[in-house]
Amino acid sequence: MAILSKEEAKQILEKVMSFSTADSLEASLSGSGRGNIRYARNTVTTSGYNDDVSLGVTANFGKKSASSTINEFDDESLRKVVKRAEELAKLAPENPEFMEPLGPQDYKESKTFYKSTADITPEYRAELAKKSIEPAKAKDVTAAGYLEDTSGFSSIMNSKGLFAYSQESELEFTVTMRTNDGTGSGWVTRDFNDVNQFNGEEASAVALEKSIMSRNAKAIEPGKYTVILEPAASVQLLGNMLFNMGARQADEGRSFLSKQGGGTKLGEKLVDERVNIYSDPFNERVPANAWNGDGLPRERTSWIENGVVKNMSYSRYWADKKGVKPVPGPANGIMVGGDASTEDLIKSTKRGILVTRLWYIRTVDPQTLLYTGLTRDGTFYIENGKIKHPIKNMRFNESPIIMLNNLEELGQQQRINGSLIPVMKIRDFTFTSLSDAV
Amino acid sequence: MKRREFLQLAGMGIGGAMLTVPLIGNAVDVDRLLESPLDVLQKKRLADIGLNSAKANGASYADVRIGRYLNQYIFTREDKLQNAVNTESFGVGIRVIANGTWGFASTSDVSDEGIKKAAEQATAIAKANAKIQTEPVKLAPVQSHGEVSWKTPLEKNAVAVPLQEKVDLLLSANAEAINNGANYVNSALFLINEQKYFASTEGSYIDQDVHRIWPNFNVTAIDPDTGKYKSRQALSSPMGMGFEYMDPRPESMKEGPGGTLHFYDRYDMIKDAGLAGKQAKEMLKADSIKAGKYDLVLDPNHLGLTIHESIGHATELDRVLGYEANYAGTSFATLDKWRSKDFKYGSDIVNVFADKTQQGSLGAVGYDDEGVKTKKWDLIKDGVLVNYQAIRDQAHIINEDESHGCCYSQSWNDVQFQRMPNVSLSPGKEKYSPDDMIKDVEKGIYIVGRGSYSIDQQRYNFQFGGTLFFEIEDGKIKGPVNDVAYQSNTQEFWNSCTKICDESDYKTFGSFFDGKGQPSQISSVSHGSATTRFNGVNVINTARNI
Repeated sequence: MAILSKEEAKQILEKVMSFSTADSLEASLSGSGRGNIRYARNTVTTSGYNDDVSLGVTANFGKKSASSTINEFDDESLRKVVKRAEELAKLAPENPEFMEPLGPQDYKESKTFYKSTADITPEYRAELAKKSIEPAKAKDVTAAGYLEDTSGFSSIMNSKGLFAYSQESELEFTVTMRTNDGTGSGWVTRDFNDVNQFNGEEASAVALEKSIMSRNAKAIEPGKYTVILEPAASVQLLGNMLFNMGARQADEGRSFLSKQGGGTKLGEKLVDERVNIYSDPFNERVPANAWNGDGLPRERTSWIENGVVKNMSYSRYWADKKGVKPVPGPANGIMVGGDASTEDLIKSTKRGILVTRLWYIRTVDPQTLLYTGLTRDGTFYIENGKIKHPIKNMRFNESPIIMLNNLEELGQQQRINGSLIPVMKIRDFTFTSLSDAV
Repeated sequence: MKRREFLQLAGMGIGGAMLTVPLIGNAVDVDRLLESPLDVLQKKRLADIGLNSAKANGASYADVRIGRYLNQYIFTREDKLQNAVNTESFGVGIRVIANGTWGFASTSDVSDEGIKKAAEQATAIAKANAKIQTEPVKLAPVQSHGEVSWKTPLEKNAVAVPLQEKVDLLLSANAEAINNGANYVNSALFLINEQKYFASTEGSYIDQDVHRIWPNFNVTAIDPDTGKYKSRQALSSPMGMGFEYMDPRPESMKEGPGGTLHFYDRYDMIKDAGLAGKQAKEMLKADSIKAGKYDLVLDPNHLGLTIHESIGHATELDRVLGYEANYAGTSFATLDKWRSKDFKYGSDIVNVFADKTQQGSLGAVGYDDEGVKTKKWDLIKDGVLVNYQAIRDQAHIINEDESHGCCYSQSWNDVQFQRMPNVSLSPGKEKYSPDDMIKDVEKGIYIVGRGSYSIDQQRYNFQFGGTLFFEIEDGKIKGPVNDVAYQSNTQEFWNSCTKICDESDYKTFGSFFDGKGQPSQISSVSHGSATTRFNGVNVINTARNI
């Protein structure tokens, strides 16, 4: 039941439209099946599967709107959910920021669904856990990991003639390997739309090797260091920057893109000119849904081009107010990289730190996008082009804007959390204290 | 850039302090929130079907949770209602032990057949996982409670209060903030009602009705000339109370150092919003702190988060054992430290207790989600680590013969596991006020309200910000300051604790969205304390230019 075909979804939504007497009606129908397995202490702890389909209806009378949701699809239930939304809408206060629903749109297809992923079985999940746990046990290491696979569909329709439908599948895997002497820890993350691109043994081996390499870490003084950030280390900092590029916040003067004296930094150089960041739902390595929640088609959008702020996201309301075209927020992030591998970047580093991941990242100052957090699960000191020894974890206080101005070199891209991020070498990355945590 | 699994309702605190709210359940008419819960006899009949089916399928133990979860979220911005959403989620979760292994299944089909099928699935999962289980589950004994019930003590059910009244309150608070200097304000009210029925093969049938409330806002003031902006969040605490929390009483509010206002068992949202507008504007002109060592005087509304991160999570036994190693992490408070009986977690005046019975707190329930009667117990006594937070299948590991009663699941369709109870710092025994505290400090900072917070995966190294900072010089408040964050190590920090105000200053901080587990679940928890002093803590300056 979780994945309705385009025709099945259309049929239900058309019926919903036919039951309405509102000025306009918007409906969304989506469903997914989610499977997972979790293991820790070298044994499976929990596993489960959840299957659900849900219909949401929003009725509009003038500038009054209200929504209702149901997960039953017989005619009586569909009539009921429309009626409830309409009754509520009549009682609702007017929304001065109300926008009429969009008319029909053209959507380019994005290949986000793979049957291979939808076909994952409980046996596959258990086998994956086994293939991760057994090598760990053999090396006196304890594995704790999690695999979640999701497949589903989304569709929307409104009474102005808009219809959009898409299917998506995805799997996400993480595993932490901790050496049994308590002094080493390694971690890896992988995510794909197509399970056939995923190799759980390879991924587990990376975490296992890092755990062993990171045993008996030495302390170094906090301060400013050249760092090589693996993509898993920088993705959240970059994501925080990208998802804070809303035009309304900047226009209102409460964004890192607001300018002293008023106005915004649109068109201004913000970071190193080698930085190019865009989003593209049609990229084959990181495909994403081709439409947003309003039904607006997503296009390839450049956010930072040669270091300059190229675009900010505009909601339909704010775009209308400002007389510009709406720009949906990014569904993925793609930062242009180079040819160098992580090993190449290490070789070209005289003194520096290799960072596997950053943890517990929180905003310290929204005005400067200053974030704090810590390194975790594999931090290594580099000297004269080689990893010299593991080092203790450290707390950082850094802004992605400052970081991207201190860019030394960009390396190869890697898919991480549905985005493509290069390995990066950054100078003067600010570490402020030491942590004894392994 | 991770695609979220949950529907994001609205963003508050624009400009970095975005608050996203997981929407649990389906949107419904407000009348549905006021419908009577399912008849308790009907719930017992359905629960027995689940228990009997599980046993028939080979389970040696089973528990059934029939849950109806009702929420209301109201969001406003300046003079506009942005959204008001009511949600309902109803279903059954069945947990079993078969072949010595846990299994769990849930269904929204609350019929005889639906429950039988879920019991069968749970048992099948347990049997499948038993093949790779290394040690059979060992449950601490629990008393059979028979048929009992518990309800959050309420004076006024918040859901029954007309929506317009709640919207008007939020809009009045917004107007007060704007009138006092704010340029922008977002406000929200979150209401939660968990109607939970628990039954187990050990003979308990427990019906509970749990209510929680959280009013919140974020006020922003802007200086267009300098391009600076500053935000001030509400100083409310989420509570396990009804709408009476929103009825201000003069005796529930005190003035504190630096012109601050402190709210106890009642909250004056309008007064707080007005002060927030004024303070946000003042913050635009405040000095930037000079980095260095300071004595910190921490208000309970701030200290609660420090307790949560550095003691609450560190003493979760499942983390200590490694179950959270791949997500939230492990803990420095290892079993050997506890076994030594002399691990100095803090100074001699640090006494920390866990308490699931504290009235008005977010974690208060009569029974936990595996049918254990809740209680109070010590975690740190006279500075020494003396206990953890454990549930039925962990109690034997710390040589206890009963669970601490802190098992919880966010919904009927998630499996219950060990969650943090209310964890609180005992107040000092001698009469001592926040003003007395300030008088005794030569060089310090008084911190009020939550800010950014970050701690490592074993709960050693942390950094905390705050909402309001006041520099103290020679026993007096010098003025508000900006760009403050303090860094420390958990053990060093709690050992630098030198003074705690008395009971009259004790109040709770709270969190609605404490996350843990994979798939991640949220829970609500309170942390009580009085204003507390810590000597010689490292303060950094967080100002940057971009």
